[in-house]
Amino acid sequence: MSVEVQDPSADGQAAAKNNGLASRRLLTDRLQLIGLSIGPLVAAILVASLILIAMGVNPVDYYTYIVNRGLLSPSGIEATLTRMGPLLLIAAGLIVAFRAGIWNLGGDAQFLLGASVVAALAPVLTGYMPVWLVLIVTLVIGAIIGALWSLVPALLRARQGVNEIITTMMMSFLGISFSNVLVKIFFLDPATNVPQTRTLPVEDRLPRLFDTTISSGVLIGLVAILIVHYVMAKTAFGLKLKIVGANAKAAVHAGLSVSALTIGVFAISAGFSGLSGAVAVLGQYGNVRADWNPAYTLTIVPLVFLARFNGFATIAYVFLFSVLSIGSESAARRLGVPNYFTLVTMAILLILLGITEMLDQKRRESRRT
Amino acid sequence: MTLLTAAFLTALLAGAITAGIPLLLAGLGEQLSEKTGVLNIGIEGMMLAGAYLGFLVAWKTDSVFLGFVGGAGGGMLVAAIMALLCVRFGLNQIVIGIALTLGAEGATAMLHYFQFAQTYPRLGAISSLPIPLLADIPVLGPALFNRPPIVYIALLLVAVFAYVYRKTYWGIALQAAGDKPAALDSSGVSVLGIRSVAVLLTGALVGLGGGFMAIVGAGIFVPFMTNGNGFIGIVLAMLARGRPLWVLGGAALFGACLSLTTALQVAGVDIPTDVIQMLPFAAVMGVLVMLGRKANLPSALGAAYVRGAR
Repeated sequence: MSVEVQDPSADGQAAAKNNGLASRRLLTDRLQLIGLSIGPLVAAILVASLILIAMGVNPVDYYTYIVNRGLLSPSGIEATLTRMGPLLLIAAGLIVAFRAGIWNLGGDAQFLLGASVVAALAPVLTGYMPVWLVLIVTLVIGAIIGALWSLVPALLRARQGVNEIITTMMMSFLGISFSNVLVKIFFLDPATNVPQTRTLPVEDRLPRLFDTTISSGVLIGLVAILIVHYVMAKTAFGLKLKIVGANAKAAVHAGLSVSALTIGVFAISAGFSGLSGAVAVLGQYGNVRADWNPAYTLTIVPLVFLARFNGFATIAYVFLFSVLSIGSESAARRLGVPNYFTLVTMAILLILLGITEMLDQKRRESRRT
Repeated sequence: MTLLTAAFLTALLAGAITAGIPLLLAGLGEQLSEKTGVLNIGIEGMMLAGAYLGFLVAWKTDSVFLGFVGGAGGGMLVAAIMALLCVRFGLNQIVIGIALTLGAEGATAMLHYFQFAQTYPRLGAISSLPIPLLADIPVLGPALFNRPPIVYIALLLVAVFAYVYRKTYWGIALQAAGDKPAALDSSGVSVLGIRSVAVLLTGALVGLGGGFMAIVGAGIFVPFMTNGNGFIGIVLAMLARGRPLWVLGGAALFGACLSLTTALQVAGVDIPTDVIQMLPFAAVMGVLVMLGRKANLPSALGAAYVRGAR
């Protein structure tokens, strides 16, 4: 496994001249990259600590608790890893879209519709086929549903150049309501009074890893991110997408079929979001309740940006986010710090990461000249 | 049809205006930012800050006017961070916009948790200013011409912005900051200055919209109460292609559907509200599919301006 170096053009010539020097460069670059991520994290914790002190909470207690609950306790790390599965799949879809310069911001509806259709189908299908086949079939269906929900924005963008930020956001609002309609009217579990779909029994869900409660969904997520990373970095298809993203007009002149690629990118990106919904249901929740919407997309978008669309950095950020959110959920119950504090911490972290990236870019520019 | 009584129609129309004004202000605000080339994804956060601060000030001072000032101020506070980070320092507008929305959601929810979660204070109904003669028109009068002054001001803003964009030096400068920032810069006008002012004004407008939701609409602040209104504002601004009147039309359509949702619930019609909530989005998607025109966005939208970089 190799860690990809950001912005290789800056160091390309040095690498060609001297291999030894290049590898030393690579090492310092890697260390700098890690520093660039750790620095803002530490700073964000410091700023957040000040807020905690103002609230009369001991920050050391709070963060010890979060690390203990989200990372060190067996149940905590299991919950963290389980949560990563759907998040990684959404991230994989966003990487593909953003690389190609396409703003698919409709992930929440693609996720929810995938989730509710799968939640409705899976418990029924188990009566007709073996569980392993049900899981495969419903995972595929989830992805297809997500992809279908992006079809109209895809066609509008490819054929008529209609801005996809508008259309995907509209389809997202539309789809969230539509998913609720499906759950409340058509997919309702007749056995309960709670408006929700039928529940998939635990033994029919995605297998758990070893003797833990970790859902194998996290493996699906990791594999998806790694495949996306490899395809974007090493294959002709990935290169084509990057060209379309960098300059669509130039891509047309280079003989690429931009409209076919655009529709393909939408389908892949939205397909991953739908698959994410399927994994969340099949691996973790087992059903979809009415008005349920974890709204993951909005938190994953900035993480993918800050990872600069790099798969490995994305995995690290998603892991960090999962630890933080799982840990603070139980901190809310135990330490009286409302769960909303995670949102504030996330905001501080994103801003500091953004500032660090800007400073790093300035440093690179001054080194180049 | 028992539904179509004058009282029902009045309530429907009045509700549409109450629901539509925040959308209108959010759309006008976003339009202003986008004209100058700033894709302002953070307006949901600015709106929420405006709702919180507007409610707080109105509740503490017992003054509706000061409440609206507080709302605009709350929005500007968040907008100032955006202007500093995205305009001055050129940070990624999407990342910072989402960060500000998340931060404002968290911060206002926490403040609410510590201040109001036990008591849930409410504001009294606010007094309206009937417009002579017009207020006596059946249905239309009570719904549209017997409202708090802020409603008239928000509607007037549409005309003000239309005039400024079309007829004034400032309108041209705003447009140039979004379309040809380098040209504006070389003619001696500060691109960053124009964009900063635009983002701050966006904060004030959007914050006012949030304040309206809390003070006029709900009479109470609850966490996450803007509930995607800011994002609908972004959609409205993009659909309007730079024209304030189109924002008004869009806000009216969405406001009417939101109002219909509550009105039917009150009337006891048994349709899940989600079905009606789908209507405006389905309608606009339908229009887009039929017309399918380009969004006509400023060419420098979303890109930080760095002198000499291009």
